[in-house]
Amino acid sequence: MRRDEGALHSAPLPPGWDEANRLDDDPATVPDPATVEVPPALRAEIEGHMAKYPERHSATLPALGAAQRLHGWCSPEAILQVATVMQVTPAYLSAVATFYDMLRTQPTGSRYVYVCTSVACHLKDAKSVYDAIAAEALEQGLEGVEVREFECLGACEMAPMASVDGRYVGPIATSEAAEFVTAVREGRDPFPGRGLGDDK
Amino acid sequence: MTETRVLLENIDEPGLNTIEVYERFGGYGAMRKALLEMTPEDVLHELEESGLRGRGGAGFSMGKKASFIPKGSLDKYLCCNADESEPGTFKDRLLMQKNPHLLVEGCVIGSIAAGANRGFIFIRGEYELQADILDAAVREAYEKGFLGQRILGSEHSFELVVHRGQGAYICGEETGLLDALEGKRGNPRLKPPFPANQGLYQGPTLINNVETLCNTPGIVDRGAEWFKSMGEGNSTGTKIVSLSGNVQRPGNYEIELGIPAREIVYGLAGGPPEGRTVKCWFPGGSSAPVLKEEHLDLPYTFEAMAQAGSMLGSGAIIVVDDAQPLVPLALRLAGFYRHESCGKCVPCREGTSWTVKTLERVDNGEATPMDLEIMGQVQQNIIGNCLCVLGDSMAMPIGSMLNLFRDEFEEHIERARRQRDLEDMGVVSQAGAA
Repeated sequence: MRRDEGALHSAPLPPGWDEANRLDDDPATVPDPATVEVPPALRAEIEGHMAKYPERHSATLPALGAAQRLHGWCSPEAILQVATVMQVTPAYLSAVATFYDMLRTQPTGSRYVYVCTSVACHLKDAKSVYDAIAAEALEQGLEGVEVREFECLGACEMAPMASVDGRYVGPIATSEAAEFVTAVREGRDPFPGRGLGDDK
Repeated sequence: MTETRVLLENIDEPGLNTIEVYERFGGYGAMRKALLEMTPEDVLHELEESGLRGRGGAGFSMGKKASFIPKGSLDKYLCCNADESEPGTFKDRLLMQKNPHLLVEGCVIGSIAAGANRGFIFIRGEYELQADILDAAVREAYEKGFLGQRILGSEHSFELVVHRGQGAYICGEETGLLDALEGKRGNPRLKPPFPANQGLYQGPTLINNVETLCNTPGIVDRGAEWFKSMGEGNSTGTKIVSLSGNVQRPGNYEIELGIPAREIVYGLAGGPPEGRTVKCWFPGGSSAPVLKEEHLDLPYTFEAMAQAGSMLGSGAIIVVDDAQPLVPLALRLAGFYRHESCGKCVPCREGTSWTVKTLERVDNGEATPMDLEIMGQVQQNIIGNCLCVLGDSMAMPIGSMLNLFRDEFEEHIERARRQRDLEDMGVVSQAGAA
């Protein structure tokens, strides 16, 4: 970063930070189950989660996770459906969703590639691996996949590594970025044999 | 070979994650013993006697923590902290992936000691593979009657649920974990009341790390004396250390507490790459203050690390070799804590943010030595002033780097400033550094 840009905005601003709130609208209340249609499979899954806990609110994270799997992200529609089944306000759910890194509150893609750039991976030059993957994703027009830097994923012996929809893979060399992105784009597991649990 | 394998004894056995193979190696024997031959008081006594200390970071006596849980017929809970997010730590991942039944058995034993009837394993959302494996293990244990109502015909009932997080470091903090489990943002709570008195759903709650709970079957089975025979002083038993960073053989190694750190870093992990030396090392995850090369001769115990001004923490050793510039490392570290700060307490929220901004100035040569002074003070003002230790977790390692490697920070500023001047004069181009 050049100094002229000012050091105040060193953190990337969260998407949507400059969108105005609609202050004239009344706050959304707990949705009426009669008026909101919820896919039966999603309803069953959320109700199953709610039954596991003494308090139904505990199902919030698994329920949002389930809705995200269906909708690709925690869209207003997804949130409304979860709110209907759980009988909570949509605001409660979006407050929770914005806290957690794995819940997407913007339509950034329904699959993910998390490239770890935390301390242990940093020592193995993970930042350039991430930069190469990000550049390659742009180059190849990778769509529907959220590619982002991520905090320590707990696989430092594989550094530098990434998680592709939950499959840990590493080490990844900067020169392998193209091969990696191609595999992700085609829906294949990148680098078979180098994934965690591949030996089973 | 200086490994002492207890938890990792059969870890490479194919199919250990299934209940058949686990039972073939004597699995669930300790649970049987605890339920049928011992009273809950005996189990608690054995755990206290063993001196087992928490393996998640704080190193508090597990038995003592369990003894704080009030007696009587309340709704009590057991939470297993499997939100392993401390940079450099990956021991729990290995245990859950390869030996999930050990954890399930440990949870049952922990629940007997605490008198809890409901338990939750809070696993970080990124561990999708491990959560699936745990789910399958819990299902198998239910089918065998090792979980549920009146286990093995005893008086003890215990329900266990695997709960997946959605990615937040702060949920590894015990009260943040409780809030996340209750379906809220994972903000830490004010303590006291401590979770032992008022935790999950306001009920008494015992919270323990995966590795801690995995140690309990062994203690019940072979006795506290056996456990105490390993280790040194108040650091009893074995510890799984996760080696990462600039070492030749990164990975998990189980050692007896008290062996010299050098033996771990050089003997087991092969030391830094050929021709490199150790510049500094984190003895217990990225939250631990860094130590220098000479500290490698200390015994790896909770006490020795604390005396050296650091901590054993989660047992994750990150080695930094002499080719690594410290400023980008410090910046990366501080950036992590800034991102993960939940924002509830001002010293942490603002302190992590300003530390990052100051380090960016150091990195691009805009800082003056006075900024280093101020940054040191910022660290001091974070420590001890927040509800949880997330801010401290940045302040301690950054503070230690500033103390131990002050010269390097000053040289970095000077070099970056000269580089910038040359760029401004057009002597070198911005992209191609001379």
